[in-house]
Amino acid sequence: MWQGRCHSRYSAGDPMTEKTIIQFDHVAKRFDGETILRDINFEIERGKFYTLLGPSGCGKTTILRLIAGFLEPSEGTITFDGQLVNKIPPNKRQVNTVFQDYALFPHLNVFENVAFGLRINKLANKEIEPRVKEALHFVNLDGYQNREIADLSGGQKQRVAIARAIVNRPQVLLLDEPLSALDLKLRTAMQVELRQLQRRLGITFIFVTHDQEEALAMSDEIFVLNQGKIEQSGSPRSIYDEPINRFVADFIGESNIIPGTMLRDRVVSFAGKTFDCVDQGFDEMESVEIVIRPEDLELKPQGEGMLQVRVESQLFRGVHYEMIGKDADGNSWMIHSTKSAQIGEAIGLFFEPEAIHVMRHGETEEDFDRRLESYEGADHD
Amino acid sequence: MTKKLTNTYLIPYVLWIGLFVIAPLAMVLYYSFFDIQGHFSFENYVRFFTPIYLRMTVSSIGYACLITFFTLLIAYPTAYLLTKMKNRRLWLMLIILPTWINVLLKAYAFIGLLSTYGPVDTLLALSGIGRKQILFTGFSFVFVSVYLFIPFMILPIYNSLEKLNNSFVEAAYDLGASAWATFRRVIFPLTLEGVKSGVQAVFIPALSLFMLTRLIAGNRVITLGTAIEEHFLVTQDWGMGATIAVFLILAMIVVMALMGKGWLKRW
Repeated sequence: MWQGRCHSRYSAGDPMTEKTIIQFDHVAKRFDGETILRDINFEIERGKFYTLLGPSGCGKTTILRLIAGFLEPSEGTITFDGQLVNKIPPNKRQVNTVFQDYALFPHLNVFENVAFGLRINKLANKEIEPRVKEALHFVNLDGYQNREIADLSGGQKQRVAIARAIVNRPQVLLLDEPLSALDLKLRTAMQVELRQLQRRLGITFIFVTHDQEEALAMSDEIFVLNQGKIEQSGSPRSIYDEPINRFVADFIGESNIIPGTMLRDRVVSFAGKTFDCVDQGFDEMESVEIVIRPEDLELKPQGEGMLQVRVESQLFRGVHYEMIGKDADGNSWMIHSTKSAQIGEAIGLFFEPEAIHVMRHGETEEDFDRRLESYEGADHD
Repeated sequence: MTKKLTNTYLIPYVLWIGLFVIAPLAMVLYYSFFDIQGHFSFENYVRFFTPIYLRMTVSSIGYACLITFFTLLIAYPTAYLLTKMKNRRLWLMLIILPTWINVLLKAYAFIGLLSTYGPVDTLLALSGIGRKQILFTGFSFVFVSVYLFIPFMILPIYNSLEKLNNSFVEAAYDLGASAWATFRRVIFPLTLEGVKSGVQAVFIPALSLFMLTRLIAGNRVITLGTAIEEHFLVTQDWGMGATIAVFLILAMIVVMALMGKGWLKRW
């Protein structure tokens, strides 16, 4: 029952058979000569949870505003349900936004805030009431209809903002850093709740955040953005395990990024030693960067393992210890382990060939994906 | 100690309020109970409810409403445009600037502009409409009053529009509202405080205008303000003048109550 308001306005053919709902084709955006977005291409499918992830100023909010209709692209085309929507204003689009500061109307109570879109669409009162109640029920705010906005907590405002958006049964819900104002505990709870809500509603969520943990926890698919460009897109798992470049490896989780040389397929050299790995498709003796996640490094007694380091610092992080070790070549290694070592102690590090991820300098996402596909399938025979 | 200190600070304020607000109001009330011979009576109050004074009251309120209405009609869109301008400070300055010039000077300037064979009259004649009596009409009275009051309406509305968070407007658009629906359901209600302040800043002075009624309206418009002036300066019937003043004050209290707490909060 939570389908689009009226398909006839946009639909080309049966909308439910069409998987793609939003498509960006070579979209660029400039403000006063300054380029905010360059050559953005992606497809958004129905019923999935997407996250636009990146540092502030990377253009993620601009993409959201382009989808909502608050901005018009300087170049390229945006299609919604197969229809060109470059110039369609926000009030004529089947998307709704949950704003960063919620933007709940302070002169209206909870009920009237949620009912706003329905009243604009001139629904009858007897239709509005059950729908508002249903939307409030969806966000666990039964019985809050008559509250004033000023009397709500941050988490409650957040829920009202979501209810106000989903009551219109949009095909796509846009969320602009909606959890950034909440404290850690509430934020974690809302992450779970939002994900559940998206599954129950079955509509597309596009979530904007600069918090990589949030993105990893909630999304079906993540777009990592940097300086107006999509650096990498894919499932949280693939982006975490196989970052395309230094930026992504650094931005998503903690990483050890070490310069190295690809000797031949499945053999890489770094820190003065040669290691087996699973990567291939490089030139012989190609200079590369290798990534090993801190949690993939295992503490061993001195002399054992693949690499010898001296511990320089140690922090207790709660779940694990975080240690920085230096190898003979001067590379720093961050280690996450439940075991600890003393500062100044010499230790060995062990890691599996699968823990080594090799990155090619300046590789495009298409080439990266193609190279990965060429050997990942072959691995399983 | 701190309590004592705050009390000391209050003394100038209390003195001011007592001497220049409460005492004059009490005197107005006191005088309203004496007839022209200086005898205590309720005669003045009875007289106020005779047709002459009632008609004056109705015309006073009517003109004040007209002036307020047209001022608001011009000031709101102006204030809105102002918030969208690039050189807001400059434009705001230009709007405030005329308020620094004495009202009498501006009134005399309008006499020159609107008089027979004046520039406006000549313009009408040249455009083929023909010469019209503009000065000393109800129209010129409302026109000049609106001109004088516009800055006082623009400022509070501009302030509340400035404070309005643009994400409310975006949220309304996002929820499907047209430009008009956004204005009616979000922008206007959220700037209502500014409108109320502006209405008070215009309606109350408009109710007691007296100089303009003579200079611009040529005594064709008789308001309560004019009547008070006549009684105090010409007929010397201070009692009747004070009675009218009492009703004028009552009218102002009613307006302030109707317009809510906005005005009180601001002061």
